[in-house]
Amino acid sequence: MTATSATGDALLSYDDVLAAYDPALGLEVHVELNTASKMFCGCPTEFGAEPNTQVCPTCLGLPGAMPVVNGKAVESAIRIGLALNCEIAEWCRFARKNYFYPDMPKNFQTSQYDEPICFEGWMDVEVDGETFRVEIERAHMEEDTGKSLHVGTSGRIHGADYSLVDYNRAGIPLIEIVTKPIRGAGERAPEVAKAYVAQLRDLIVALGVSDARMDQGSIRADVNLSLAPKVSAGSTAEAPLGTRTETKNVNSLRSVERAVRYEMQRHAAILAGGGSILQETRHWHEDTGVTTSGREKSDAEDYRYFPEPDLVPVAPSREWVEELRGTLPENPTQKRARLQAEWGFTDLEMRDTVGAGALSMVEETIAAGASPQAARKWWLAELARRANDAGVELAELGVTPAQVAGVQALVDAGSINDKLARQVFDGLLAGEGTPEEVVEKRGLAIVSDEGALSAAVDNAIAANPDVAQKIRDGKVAAAGALIGAVMKEMRGQADAGRVRELILEKLA
Amino acid sequence: MTAITCNTRVSAAEIAGALARGETSSVEVTRAHLHNIERHDGAVHAYLHVDAEGALAQAAAADERRANGAPASALDGVPIAVKDVLATSGLPTTCGSKILQGWVPPYDATVVARLKRAGLPILGKTNMDEFAMGSSTEHSAYGPTRNPWDLDRIPGGSGGGSAAAVASFQAPLALGTDTGGSIRQPGAVTGTVGMKPTYGGVSRYGLVAMANSLDQVGPVSRTVLDAALLHEVIGGHDPLDSTSIDQPVGKLADAARRGAEGDLSGVRVGVITELSGEGYQAGVLARFQESLDLLVEAGAEVVEVSCPSFVHALAAYYLVMPAEASSNLAKFDAMRYGLRVLPEGVENPSAEEVMRATRDAGFGDEVKRRIILGTYALSSGYYDAFYGQAQKVRTLIGRDFAAAFETADVLVSPTAPTTAFKLGEKLDDPIAMYLNDLATIPANLAGVPGISIPSGLADEDGLPAGFQVLAPALADDRCYRVGAALEAALERKWGGPLLDKAPGLDPSTGSGQVKLDQRNGDAR
Ligand SMILES: [Zn+2]
Repeated sequence: MTATSATGDALLSYDDVLAAYDPALGLEVHVELNTASKMFCGCPTEFGAEPNTQVCPTCLGLPGAMPVVNGKAVESAIRIGLALNCEIAEWCRFARKNYFYPDMPKNFQTSQYDEPICFEGWMDVEVDGETFRVEIERAHMEEDTGKSLHVGTSGRIHGADYSLVDYNRAGIPLIEIVTKPIRGAGERAPEVAKAYVAQLRDLIVALGVSDARMDQGSIRADVNLSLAPKVSAGSTAEAPLGTRTETKNVNSLRSVERAVRYEMQRHAAILAGGGSILQETRHWHEDTGVTTSGREKSDAEDYRYFPEPDLVPVAPSREWVEELRGTLPENPTQKRARLQAEWGFTDLEMRDTVGAGALSMVEETIAAGASPQAARKWWLAELARRANDAGVELAELGVTPAQVAGVQALVDAGSINDKLARQVFDGLLAGEGTPEEVVEKRGLAIVSDEGALSAAVDNAIAANPDVAQKIRDGKVAAAGALIGAVMKEMRGQADAGRVRELILEKLA
Repeated sequence: MTAITCNTRVSAAEIAGALARGETSSVEVTRAHLHNIERHDGAVHAYLHVDAEGALAQAAAADERRANGAPASALDGVPIAVKDVLATSGLPTTCGSKILQGWVPPYDATVVARLKRAGLPILGKTNMDEFAMGSSTEHSAYGPTRNPWDLDRIPGGSGGGSAAAVASFQAPLALGTDTGGSIRQPGAVTGTVGMKPTYGGVSRYGLVAMANSLDQVGPVSRTVLDAALLHEVIGGHDPLDSTSIDQPVGKLADAARRGAEGDLSGVRVGVITELSGEGYQAGVLARFQESLDLLVEAGAEVVEVSCPSFVHALAAYYLVMPAEASSNLAKFDAMRYGLRVLPEGVENPSAEEVMRATRDAGFGDEVKRRIILGTYALSSGYYDAFYGQAQKVRTLIGRDFAAAFETADVLVSPTAPTTAFKLGEKLDDPIAMYLNDLATIPANLAGVPGISIPSGLADEDGLPAGFQVLAPALADDRCYRVGAALEAALERKWGGPLLDKAPGLDPSTGSGQVKLDQRNGDAR
């Protein structure tokens, strides 16, 4: 069955895709390091400065200026490589990747080519309790480009009245992490892609080498996808990889998943119709959920790589590499096992927590004082639903672990109940301040005025004589109906336990 | 202008001595050189830009330091000319190209900063083949420089401007850069001294690169001691250049002084078989042989060494150099600085169209030729056959040098195969032009130091020839020691410096008075 996307691409239904094809994924993730200075000069790297204020002859590519390697960036690259179980090159070089683009000051990017600093690694990715081993081909160092701003109605380079370039970003250190083709994920390919990027992000956060903000572009994913005809069951042969497309700058975890799914459906529709896939770069559109064609990326595109003659080789000593290995955070699998035991979560609870991308938030919420079950409850039940409604990742929802712990502390103190807590989250999301301030502003505190409560109980008993009689007759379970009536009158701002006590006292 | 009382024909060391003794002032010396520029540069065209005001201000500051008893260096107050390929803050830097017309760098090259720190007033920027691509300075977008020995002949290249400025007494010292011979070959054909230091011995930060793995900044002078003194000012480690060697520059002036005493006993001098036979002008070879005899007289032992890979040096050079240059020159795209040309008849041209039009209009033919060659050599599918092979040849050349330096302390050859040829003679024959650098290129490919000193005049044409001394990496002092010994022996034989034999420059042959300070290329 074929549908049509917003831009007119024919899309095969997902089930039909899987019936006929096996997807092969490839992910290229760029991580912007949080070093104090740029990759090859001493300019600062802070995000959000006035355009072209963090520049010098080197990162502007002025004639005669030369690069010097940032040692801290090399250290970060090695730590990332070690955390991804990579080999660390004993000797490697930078290379020039030559192509013309206005936001590239030298019209070549100083990168690494056939001598990456890290190579041959892997990361185990969990999806619904199943583990996929993603093999890492390489992780290499390079510099970022400047940022073009196309001024005009279209916002794109075509049809712009003029363009401005901000070189503050030019020369910021990047680590590009490239996977080998990921095959065999089948229907889970979109989730595997998302889980890989999510887990990689968590790893980067744990290493402390980047701000790791996808929304600010400090982690950017390019998604390569191709389809191969499905091999018949029982066959051990692997069909050759199909022609791939590379979807650029997919800037949220959710988009990674959606972009993979979209490209699978788009490729399949073309292949099923007897067409062939054009090897090209595609752009992901977050708003419409489609990809559109970028520049054609044929094999003829030739970057004329050669070793950067202005830099000497990078040769990290084995002693240094081992020293850095000692600084690595706990590996994710071991860490998960440890946390599960500490928190007393069931396998299912743990899997749901990881699956929702809530592990680090739950961990931080517990660290901020909440019980494991409370932390899990808020993040998985309440906040995951809200994130889903808003179409954002849990981490990007805008509620912090400290706030969640604060809300739970108010519940534990009896100041609010769970129902009121949900309204506190409304206030937190609306930016009304701390949990205490939201409770104050919205008047959400539970009423502990016994007089008002007592009057409300009396009213409820008077309005429901049948129920009251049942309770008097010993059917204590019927109290629920009266509690509901009292809570309604108190607009929820009452402690349900105290209400029950009062009802039972009065009807004893 | 006040009367010119200072003798500009003396060496930089002698000027420094006169300054130290209070016999003259830096302002006086600087003014005398500016006067020479005014008189002669209309004919020679060694300079692209003269900064009289800046030089005089720096000279006054030097005089003040000296008056306070605190000169900044041995050369404090001695003026200098700087090749236009080195970034000078506040002074135009064009690299002899239209594409950088009007560009004023916001920063100083490290060597320029070191000149300023040492107190040398900068007279101006000297002419060169566009982006240092050439052996005659005819490829300058601002017109050729002429050889002071014969104004119809080339001064060598690419640093013809620096060599001609020194040869015509328009500067006592100059900075050059040498990628395949651009300091040494102009030295040979103008009767001056030019030294290419060990690769990494002098900072390249601020040198607009032609071929980063070959380029090196070095001194241009009239005497070996002057070159050594200047080398000590500009040399030494620079954290801004990753390829710079982290070692002190060494006692080079001492080596020159010791050499000038004339005793070379125990020094083994290797004559490179491959660089002293076929293709060399008879008069050049005669002067080379004569110089060898003088070295033997000074006590040196002469041996013959073979460097078989050198025959591939030129071919390897013409792959490595254009490959690196093609990438280096990509930055000239009209987006940020320099020339911007809008394509004709195109409404709302795209950035790409502006880049294309600018590069078409802004680069000369030789530059375009090398960009095309280099782009081709780096193309996928050709890389291994061209760039890769060339790198292997470099390794072999390095091994040949290493083997040769087992049997000899220095290696020698004529610097250039011929004396200065006529302007225009080889302009349409790139291969003939490239052959000028046959003997100088191996040193660049291997990163070893080399000096050219005047060896006399060829009998056929009465024009200067050069004698090259090569040493192992970081043994630059040997170039100075052997060079100074030979220089002393030759000057004894000649009865004075070779430049005394150069015909005087008649101010009336110039193209008229040129107003100082406005000598940028666009005035021509
Ligand atoms: Zn910078």
